[in-house]
Amino acid sequence: MQPEISKPVTNMGKTLFDKIWDAHVVSSIENGPDVLYIDRHFIHEVTSPQAFNGLAQRGIGVARPKQTIATADHNVPTKDQHLPIKEALSRTQVNKLTENCAKFGVELYGLGHPFQGIVHVIGPELGITLPGMTIVCGDSHTSTHGAFGSVAFGIGTSEVEQVLATQCILQTKPKKMKIEVNGELGEGVSSKDIVLYIIAQITASGGTGYFVEFAGSAIRSLSMEARMTICNMSIEMGARGGMIAPDETTFEYIRGREFAPKGKEFDRLVDFWRTLPSDPDAKYDEVLTFDAADITPFITYGTNPGMGIKITDSVPVLEDVPEAEQNSFTKSLSYMGLEPGQPLLGKKVNYVFIGSCTNSRIEDLRKVADLVTGRQKASHVNAMIIPGSKQVEQQAREEGLDQIFKEAGFELRQPGCSACLGMNEDKVPKGEYCVSTSNRNFEGRQGPGARTFLASPLTAAATAINGYISDVRELLTEPQLV
Amino acid sequence: MDKFKTLTSTIVPLPNQNVDTDQIIPARFLKATTREGFGDNLFRDWRYDEQGNPVDGFILNDPNVTGEILVAGKNFGSGSSREHAAWAIYDYGFKAVVSSFFADIFKNNALNNGLLPVQVTDAFLQKIFDLYEKESETQLRINLNDQSITLLTTGEAESFDINPYKKYCLENGYDDIDYLISQREKIEKFEEETLYSV
Repeated sequence: MQPEISKPVTNMGKTLFDKIWDAHVVSSIENGPDVLYIDRHFIHEVTSPQAFNGLAQRGIGVARPKQTIATADHNVPTKDQHLPIKEALSRTQVNKLTENCAKFGVELYGLGHPFQGIVHVIGPELGITLPGMTIVCGDSHTSTHGAFGSVAFGIGTSEVEQVLATQCILQTKPKKMKIEVNGELGEGVSSKDIVLYIIAQITASGGTGYFVEFAGSAIRSLSMEARMTICNMSIEMGARGGMIAPDETTFEYIRGREFAPKGKEFDRLVDFWRTLPSDPDAKYDEVLTFDAADITPFITYGTNPGMGIKITDSVPVLEDVPEAEQNSFTKSLSYMGLEPGQPLLGKKVNYVFIGSCTNSRIEDLRKVADLVTGRQKASHVNAMIIPGSKQVEQQAREEGLDQIFKEAGFELRQPGCSACLGMNEDKVPKGEYCVSTSNRNFEGRQGPGARTFLASPLTAAATAINGYISDVRELLTEPQLV
Repeated sequence: MDKFKTLTSTIVPLPNQNVDTDQIIPARFLKATTREGFGDNLFRDWRYDEQGNPVDGFILNDPNVTGEILVAGKNFGSGSSREHAAWAIYDYGFKAVVSSFFADIFKNNALNNGLLPVQVTDAFLQKIFDLYEKESETQLRINLNDQSITLLTTGEAESFDINPYKKYCLENGYDDIDYLISQREKIEKFEEETLYSV
């Protein structure tokens, strides 16, 4: 760690985003992108092999291996992780990561390692992700790390290669948007509902070209894990990334974590982190404001994350959809096997997936455990819980959540991306409905022909209990056997 | 990276909006460790049924429709950052994609692989689709130097934006890594002052 942290980052009129971006510009190409310095680079098995091949072809190494962190998550099985991966291509890809990390001197939290897990879960929980950092990963949900007040965004493999080779990336500075959510959230409403609500308001492309700062009293009141869920899904509104100004909640979360700075160094950093929030007169290209009172449990009905409704609402009718989008809307409903105007409450569902970089952290598991304690899942439902990391899994066991899940008929498995994108064996069969706590309801995302309803962990758990799409608020008012 | 100057070609229309990268190349085909061969699985689940037979009516399966320009509905390439999507489109044989809106990461990935994303207005995009309905042999000409796209049959044209640096790279076949490596000294000097380098 370098001694001086008194860079002039508090110029008036700057946003949180500007302060971090501007402090990382090595140089700028005239009428072109900036050379942006990257503080931490996360890599995983799917989007890194071609980048390492590129380095080998150029005969160069990894510029800053100590600023590069690797884990295996996308392809890994969620059962019997101590055994060799059965599926040959997945095994090859995971082995390739192991080889590349050994060859290029990069730390790997691979299968079996106590720190292994979904890349966007482990960075924060290990105290690697810190406010004021620039963070990239060959994965669009890198925006998750923005919850700490860092500039974090997903990149392609050519860009992974750029960062491996030089610790920098060529990037054009995006526009800035502020999304404020003010007020208090109702019972049974979580940060997943907030973000699904926002995406439904601004559409799946409403944030394209922007970096979003989430602010307002409803956001401030959220825990770090809840904030991560919101920033995680900024990409689902098309945004380059999302971020939240660091505050006491942030500092307390980081304090004492495995790789977080300790003692005086930590205190010194906290002083710096306090200078990061946007100046009162900071300018944004766009400001949107929402009222928390308008947000209820939310669910998607279509095949992009912007196609969402209040759980008590019905699927829109064709006349309510802009004409240019009617074909896509009809195609989407046909894929989902739904009719315009149909309510979703009561719809029978055979699969429930609780996991992914959006909602697989300990608080998510605790909320689910609280709801399912003394209850039983419906017999026809396959209810899978995939913890975000080995540490989350371990903690769930220490807290006895595994027993609660078992008694309720939910299966707690081992960490990985799992059925969020079905690169391993965990897939939703063709034509089946799944209420999923993940981030994408694209056609075939959870398996060819799978039909996904995105929702919060509470909505997913309530659905598993009843066996049909349910409003968790009704279960919350019911007496619970404990 | 291959150079891009001008391109004149018939088109392959795909009017769907919000074509996400999971449709362009589904996740289960991302297991290769090289960049080659992804074109075989381009639009896999729209193109083939479960048995691997071509799906009737999907545009890539129509032997009468060929071209190096894919013309797609609004918000093309959303979702996952997988560069495999750009590789698949290029590997299949497309050299340019035309749409009225592109997702940010896809646009970067395309430019980094010599695949030109051409953003046109909604009205011009509709003109292309309408003209194709009447005359499927219709051709588009894309001129990178003067940043224009022209419907050859009618002569209607529009100009498109591209970052001047990216334009220079495409015209010359340069990639970003060459440039960044040339900046090594500056980067190392920058690191001496930065907070989080180790």
